[in-house]
Amino acid sequence: MTQTAAVTDSHLNDSAGVITLDNLSVSFGGRPILKSLNGELRGRAIGLLGPNGAGKTTLIHTLLGFHSPSSGTARIFGSDIRADANQIKRLIGYMPERDSFITKMSCIHFVRFMAELSGLPPATALERAHEALFFVGLGEARYRNVDTFSLGMKQLAKLAQAIVHGPKLIFLDEPTNGLDPPARQRMIKMIREIRDSGQANIVLSSHLLRDVEECCEEILILKEGRLVVYCNLEEERKANKKFLMLETRGDLQTFVEGVTKMGAECALTSDHRLRIILQEGNEIRDLYRLAAGSQVQIRRLAYKRDSLEDIFLKAMENGDVSEARP
Amino acid sequence: MPSLTVGLLTRLHMAVLERSYKRYEGALLPEWSRFLIIPRHAVRNIFRSKLFTGFYALSFVWPLVCAILIYLHHNAEALAILRVNVVDVLPIDASFFQAFVAVQGTIGFFLAMLVGPQQVSRDLTNNALPLYLCRPFSRSEYVVGKMSIVIILLSTIMWAPGLILFLLQSYLDGWAWFSDNIPIASAIFLGSLVWILLLALLTQTISAWVKWSLAARAALIGLFLIPSVFATIINQMIETHWGNIISLTALIQNVWAGLFGTFARQAGQVTEMRRGVVVREVFMTEPPLWASWFMLFLICAFCLWLLSRKVKAYEVVK
Repeated sequence: MTQTAAVTDSHLNDSAGVITLDNLSVSFGGRPILKSLNGELRGRAIGLLGPNGAGKTTLIHTLLGFHSPSSGTARIFGSDIRADANQIKRLIGYMPERDSFITKMSCIHFVRFMAELSGLPPATALERAHEALFFVGLGEARYRNVDTFSLGMKQLAKLAQAIVHGPKLIFLDEPTNGLDPPARQRMIKMIREIRDSGQANIVLSSHLLRDVEECCEEILILKEGRLVVYCNLEEERKANKKFLMLETRGDLQTFVEGVTKMGAECALTSDHRLRIILQEGNEIRDLYRLAAGSQVQIRRLAYKRDSLEDIFLKAMENGDVSEARP
Repeated sequence: MPSLTVGLLTRLHMAVLERSYKRYEGALLPEWSRFLIIPRHAVRNIFRSKLFTGFYALSFVWPLVCAILIYLHHNAEALAILRVNVVDVLPIDASFFQAFVAVQGTIGFFLAMLVGPQQVSRDLTNNALPLYLCRPFSRSEYVVGKMSIVIILLSTIMWAPGLILFLLQSYLDGWAWFSDNIPIASAIFLGSLVWILLLALLTQTISAWVKWSLAARAALIGLFLIPSVFATIINQMIETHWGNIISLTALIQNVWAGLFGTFARQAGQVTEMRRGVVVREVFMTEPPLWASWFMLFLICAFCLWLLSRKVKAYEVVK
């Protein structure tokens, strides 16, 4: 009895989100690691951010079925991770954070072996292993033993084994770890290519904000096992939310009162820095007029946008962990 | 010219030139057969070792000798030339095949010792388990796959040649011998299988817990040797054979004897005499057959439990 990958996908609920977290909690030895995560993620590329020990890798491992949830559950393409673990595993590829290889195997043999374990017939597995290795840029080195690879090449080999069977969802755990800038750029480019092909969704876990910002549309920030920020970068970009950043000298009290009276939103970020969101009808010349009237010098004025770094730092600064829900 | 165009087009459609991500929607292997992928790839690596290949080739010497002995039994001219009555010296019966299984079993032990101990430990050392288990491939399939390496290799030197010898003897002796001695065939198969399964489980369990392959090999020898020494000491001290219950070697020999119908509970007798008069007489009995089977079952269950503790994608440190 031979089944096809398309048939195994037929049970998928297309209307369901890529990942649905339903009160998902995970504990190890009585210690809670993930605490009641909720939400539905639909992006083509989902970024998982958080400081070390926030629970990013545990979340990925739980979604992969390596750890059982202590309560709640999660669904991938509508399939429950508890009940349909095997069905889910047919759809996913996983690039682990740590070095994971089978020794004494050439790279092509290793990737082919992984494809066969995913269910591909031997001849197809070999063909796709060649394709995957050319895609990641290891075509010339594919007959070399994986043990002899540099760190960057090992990362590429790990990516190749994660995509060789053409999964629908790819989990990438710290894919740019230990890569030099050009290698990092190549990795990011490949991740974006996979994302833009529209054939696979990506979950990217990283503590490097730039990687996530460059690749992802949706961001989840975890802190102490809780979901503290959910941000749809794509929508933020579309909304084009900008604000003015002012660097000033002088007594700001009168100036701030004047700005507020104008109807603009104003926040003091440090002694001399102001963040202002102008409303319709407000002009920059009004700000200069106000500054002149309240004896304040405007030394710098620039339009800015909330970067992922701002969002992340705000989430980390907030000591009291409050929950966000996508 | 057209053939050149066709050739170029074919080359352009070669898969390796399509450097873009694409999903796979073709045929998949049936799930039940996926555990066989592990031995298929492993056996290729194993036979790269000249030491192993040489030893594997040597393991067919004894089946060849047995085949020659069976042939000589039925060749009157050869017997006349040799002036030996092999029929009386070495009858082809249950004991003959039991001896065959015992010799091949010992060789199988050394083969398993060469192959088994690095199978799981390599994957654990190189964090390869997440790569297996993130695929539609369960922990039990992984263990069965790894065990299959030992099972397949040892089957080729134990029950497969054993049954060939049985068929050779049946062919030379006739249908009557075959129908009278069918239980020997099942004993060859079952006896070999029990031993092979035990070795496969033990080697994989040791491999999962002892990462250094040299230490793992030493542990495997120790597992057979140390309990046997203790069993002998117990047997000597309290004049019994019940000490054999902790000796793996004695257990499997009892199981083989039971299957080949040569098992005898009274295995020895101690007689103390003074001035020609028997002052004490002790009959030493082997543990019953069911006890040997039960002990082997317990050992296998313990191995499985140990394997289940270790074969995980990630170990959670509590």
